[in-house]
Parts: sequence; structure tokens; C-alpha cells
Amino acid sequence: MREPIRKTYKLFINGQFPRSESGRYIQVRGVNVCRGSRKDLREAVVAARKAQSGWSAKTPYLRGQILYRCAEMLETRKSAFVEELCWQIDQSPAAARQEVEKTIDRLVWYAGWSDKFAQAFGTVNPVAAPYFNFTLPEPMGVVGIVAPEEAPLLGLVSKLAPAVVIGNAVVAISSERSPCSAASFAEVIATSDLPGGVVNIVTGLKSELIPVLAKHMDVNGTDYSGSDAATIKLLQEEAAANVKRIVVREHPVGREWHDDRQAQSPYWIASLSEMKTAWHPIGV
Amino acid sequence: MKETTQKVEKVVRLEVLTPKTELSFGKAWPYAPAPEGREHIRLQSRYQLFIGGKFVDPRSKRYFPTINPATEETLAEVAEADAGDVDAAVQSARRVFDRYWAKMPGRERAKYVYRIARMLAERAREFAVIESLDNGKPIKLSRDDDIPLATAHFFYYAGWADKLEYAFPGRTARPVGVAGQVIPWNFPLLMAAWKIAPALATGNTVVLKPAETTPLTALHLAALIQEADLPPGVVNIVTGAGATGGALVNHPGVNKIAFTGSTEVGKIIQRTIAGTKKRLTLELGGKSPNIIFNDAPIDAAIEGIIGSIFYNQGHVCCAGSRLIVQEGIAPIVIKKLKDRMQTLRMGDPLDKNTDIGAINSKPQLEKISELVQSGVKEGAVLWQTTCELPARGYWFRPTFFTNVAQSHRIAREEIFGPVLAIMTFRTPEEAVEKANNTPYGLAASIWTDKGSKIFRITNKLKAGVIWNNTANMFDPSAPFGGYKESGFGREGGVHGLYPYVELR
Repeated sequence: MREPIRKTYKLFINGQFPRSESGRYIQVRGVNVCRGSRKDLREAVVAARKAQSGWSAKTPYLRGQILYRCAEMLETRKSAFVEELCWQIDQSPAAARQEVEKTIDRLVWYAGWSDKFAQAFGTVNPVAAPYFNFTLPEPMGVVGIVAPEEAPLLGLVSKLAPAVVIGNAVVAISSERSPCSAASFAEVIATSDLPGGVVNIVTGLKSELIPVLAKHMDVNGTDYSGSDAATIKLLQEEAAANVKRIVVREHPVGREWHDDRQAQSPYWIASLSEMKTAWHPIGV
Repeated sequence: MKETTQKVEKVVRLEVLTPKTELSFGKAWPYAPAPEGREHIRLQSRYQLFIGGKFVDPRSKRYFPTINPATEETLAEVAEADAGDVDAAVQSARRVFDRYWAKMPGRERAKYVYRIARMLAERAREFAVIESLDNGKPIKLSRDDDIPLATAHFFYYAGWADKLEYAFPGRTARPVGVAGQVIPWNFPLLMAAWKIAPALATGNTVVLKPAETTPLTALHLAALIQEADLPPGVVNIVTGAGATGGALVNHPGVNKIAFTGSTEVGKIIQRTIAGTKKRLTLELGGKSPNIIFNDAPIDAAIEGIIGSIFYNQGHVCCAGSRLIVQEGIAPIVIKKLKDRMQTLRMGDPLDKNTDIGAINSKPQLEKISELVQSGVKEGAVLWQTTCELPARGYWFRPTFFTNVAQSHRIAREEIFGPVLAIMTFRTPEEAVEKANNTPYGLAASIWTDKGSKIFRITNKLKAGVIWNNTANMFDPSAPFGGYKESGFGREGGVHGLYPYVELR
């Protein structure tokens, strides 16, 4: 007979697991989860900015391997994630297993895009002058991700993976209702050689966190999964301060998160990248 | 041993030696006038709105003058569209979109767009002259750049109309609907082409608002579109100032807004349409750098500087308005730049010899003057050419500043005039940091003979277009657009189709 030890759920900022600086918490099914503050979110943006250029300078091959490593780490912890989903959102073990397995497969799918996206979506432009001219995708920079409330693991990872694979650094706000899977997924990231700060995950109240993300002058774009009209308006309005790119269109609903056609796409990578066109003279 | 070292040093000093005298031809090199004729141009005294395939009076019955900025003469009166006119235009665009245009096979849509391209090429000279009259830009530019590029743009996008399944693998592209497009005054017809061509090719219909100081070529394009038998309503052109643009942007029947103009107005638009389902692309301002390394081909670089900041009177969103030059060659670059600037011929935009035309409007001239004053006040050192200015019209001498700090307004704010801010750097890292140190990110030029350095710096610059050992190049197949506060979305190339399609 032994008493099991419980896990303390924490934030994930700059590759570390701090509690909220505010000392506040929310309760989810009897478990205490950090109620991230404005300051926590700002710390996360600072960490993301610091990590972004190094991450995008890594070779696509390496970024692909690291994302694949995330899939490996999740596979080995599958049962823990299944169990957690079950009590967190009253899912049947079968449904929870499906969600975790789909999440793993999606990570593998995006890992493969790392060194193919530029080939499929970049162009060589046949300009009418003696120039070698090409257009290549680059990461947008620091990207905010607001995860959906449903599918607390699959929804988050479906948005994280396309952002990260191209070389962005991410500040993610997890599902508010069910933040535990997101907090646990941070442990997968932390053991996958992803440099600290590339992915930061903040749990808490969306009504507190989203406005901070929306107004932050060092965030280049935000991908919002949800359909709350007031939130979308807020994100789009505040975006004008520094011409942020706001992605609000692509959010599957319910079972659609499991549908590969609706919930995974290289066009999602495209919407979190910038196209750079370079001109080189041809001559002697 | 000691002697050898000294000799080497001497050679190095010789290479960067700055000539003491200034190049001056005095009156020994005059140019005879070579004006482009305008007898073949027929301007109307009054222009109506183009709505539903017809030219109609504005409901307000109000007209505003458009002037020739080189002479301050009124060229014509142009209708001022109010919200009611804009509504009529959007409704006609919607009707033809629903009933006809979106359902038309791509190969048929293509024919109309091709036809516009061909007819525009036929009338290139007419459009070039009107553009120079209305805008103030040298005929050399409108004749060789604006109109041919506009034509090429229509021709390029026409070909995409029936090939969209190859542009978006794995997805089906559908048109967005009615596109509301607001364009600036610096490249009036070219910007109209950049907006209209991809919209039509992808099956959208258009309501376009040209800038209030340069509406004429868009209205002549409307007449051309009418003659090309485009289904009425596919392209509507409503003229007016900010209020007209506002009515278009705010119209609930518009599905997509495309705006090219200042960052200030772009931000207002972004805020205004927040919470609507309207799609948005913004092509905004810039403070683009020319980065010149010690090993650059200097004479080519000088031409690049001239072509990037004095081209089109500096009225270019991607103008190379900051010169970031490596310390070792700064003196020689500045010397050669002065000499080259003194040879720039300013004057009659219709003269084929003219390099620098008129500033587009009085308010713009005032804005440029105010920013230049701020440069002097903040401690930068001013240098201007000594050419004669015409007695009438709006003119500003090609200008540069040295002793510029990164915090100066002239180094941070878009001037949109022929004013260059010169700064120096020592290491490539410093060049990159300075180049990226603005809220903008539209374009940049890199000048060096070393290929590997070019690619490294290209990778590190936060800008949508990088010109290497060249500047201000455009092509319909080459995507153009900004990072950061220079806007989002691309125009040109396959990426220029994205803003106008829904992918399913």
C-alpha cells in the first residue's frame, strides 16, 4: 500500500515550469491550475522573442526531428494523457485514446513539413529581366495561439505544430475549461530538445489573458480558435496598434478536430509565415 | 618589413581617397526641351462615376478638381461619390458576381482580363501622358514603368484564371465576393492593375476607389473596360477622398478590403473593420534601407540609391529612404552621390529628359518640408541639389542628411519624398540591426560583391522584398508586400492570388 503523489500543474515559460507570479489559481475538477497573469503572459512573450531567431535559424531537418521527438515523447506517455483527458472532460477511455493518438499522428504529419513547406509553397519567379528571383516562406516571428476550449490536447497541438514547424516562437493560451492536458503537454515539449522559450503555455482565464496578448506590441500575429464574436473583434481591433496578423477563420468544431482534411493543412503554416522575395542580378 | 607594411597602408588609403573638388558642368551641358506631345490626348472637362458598366452622375452632384501638380492648372472635374453612390457600386458588383462572373469558366474570365491587357498596351502612350499630367511624374517613368507594368500585370493574372487548381494544391479556390479596393496616388494606374487583375482572375468583382489627386487614369481605364465589353458591374470605379474610401471600407456588402497607402490609414482600416467578416490585405508604408558594404560595386550602388529614393520624387512605399553605408567607403559614396544628384534634371514631367518631376500635391510638399525641417532641428546635416525650380507647381530638391541618429524622425518616419537619411555602420551585424530598427519592413537593398554575404544578410533582414545589387525592381510574377507595420498579404505572383480566394 502506498499513497500516490499528485502533480502540481504549472505554467511553461522559457523552458521552465514556474507558478503564476500572481500566486492565483483556478480549480479544474478539484485540481489547482495556475491562473496566469498579465505579467506571466508578458514574460512568455519576452521568452518567445528571445528564442525565435535561434529556432528559425535551426535547419528545417532539425526542426522536423524535434517535432518528431515530441510525437515520440507523447506516444510513450500516452496512457497518462488518456487518463488525464478522461477525468478532465468526462471522456470515455476510447474517445480519449483517439484524441491522444490523433495528436501524435498530427505531430508526425507536421514534422514532415519542416523541409517540404518551402519547396511546395515557395516559388522561383520568371521575371521579365535578367534576375534570379525567388520567394521563400519565413516565420512570422512571435505568434500568439488561443487554443480552443474543446479537444484540450488535440486542439492546442493542431495549432502549435504548424506555427512551430516553420520557425515561429509561440505564446499559447490553453483551454480555460480544461487546461491540464496543455500543462502536461509542456512536459512533452520540455523533453523533446525544443529550445526553451520556443513554446510557452499559459493557463488561466481567457478574459484576462487574451486582451494582453491582443495589445502586446511585440507579438506579430495571433491565431484564434473559437467563435466568440466579442473576442474576435477585440483581437482584430487591438491588432491595428502594430499591424498584427489575426487568423480567425480556421477553427474546426467538435469532431472536426479529428478530421485531417479540416484540422491539418500546410495552408495553416502559410497563414503563420511571411513570404520574402529576393532579387539577384544575373550577369558576369 | 616595416616598410612593406607602410606601403600596403598607403595603397589602402589611396583607394578610399575622397576627391576634393565637386563635379560641375556649369552651363556647358544644357538639354534642349524634348516634351512628349499631348495633342493625341483628349481629357474630358468632367468625369462621372463608373457604376454598373455606365458612367453616371454622383448623387450629390458634387465634383472636385484634379490638378496638374507641375503647373497647378486644373485638368478636369471629377465626381465625388458619397455613401449612396458607393452602395450602388457595391450592389452592382454583387449582382454580377452572384449571377454571372463567379460562375463563368476561368478560361472565359481570362479572355476579358487578357483583353484589358492588350487594349492597355495599344493605348500605352495615351495613358502615360495622362498619368504624368495628373501625377507629376516624369514621362520616362509613366512610359517605361507604370503603364507597361500595369499591362504586364493584367496579362500575368489573366493566365491564372483557368489554372487555379495548380496554384492551390489539395484545395479548391473560390472567389471571396465583392472586393473593395482603395489605392494611392504614387502609381495610380499600376496600383489599379495590381488590385483589379488578381481579383478578376479569381472570379471576384471590384469596387475601386482611386486617390483623389490622381483619378484620371483609373477613369480612362473604366472607359477601356467598358469598351472591352466586361459584364457591367464587374469593375466599378468610384472617385472621391477619404469619406468615399470610408464608405467603401464600411459597406456591409464588401467581402474583402485591399488597401495600399499610409500605415496610419491602414491601421484605421484594420480597426474599423474589426469584428466584421471582411478579409483584409494592407500594403503600407516603409523606411527601406540601402545597405552598402565596403566591397560594393560603388557606381552601381550610386545608381541604385538614385533609383530608390529619387525615383518618382521619392513617392514610393518601398523607397530606399535610409542609406546605411559601411564606414570605409562612406566619404566616397557621399561624394559620388552629390555629383550624381547634381546631374538630376528636374522640371516638366512631360519632358523626356526629366528625371525628377513634381511633388504630387501641396499637402504632400508641406509634409516633406516639415519633416526636413525636423531633421535640421534634430541636428542632422542637410545637403540639397542646386538645380533651378520651376516657378509654378510643387517641387522639392533632391535632399540628403548626414549625421543622422536612428532616433531622428527622418530616420524613423516615412517622408514619401526625395529625402535620404545617411547612416554608417562597421560590422555586418550592426548593418542588420540598423536596417531592422524601424516598425516597418517592406523592402531593402544590399550592395556587395560577395555572394555569400548577400544571402546571409538577405536571411536576416525583416522585409518582404530584398534587392541585391539592385533596387526598386518589380514584376507581376514576383510577390511584393511587407513584414511588420508595412502591412500583410502579397501582391504579384501566385502568392498574390491568396487574398482573393477562399480555400475549401
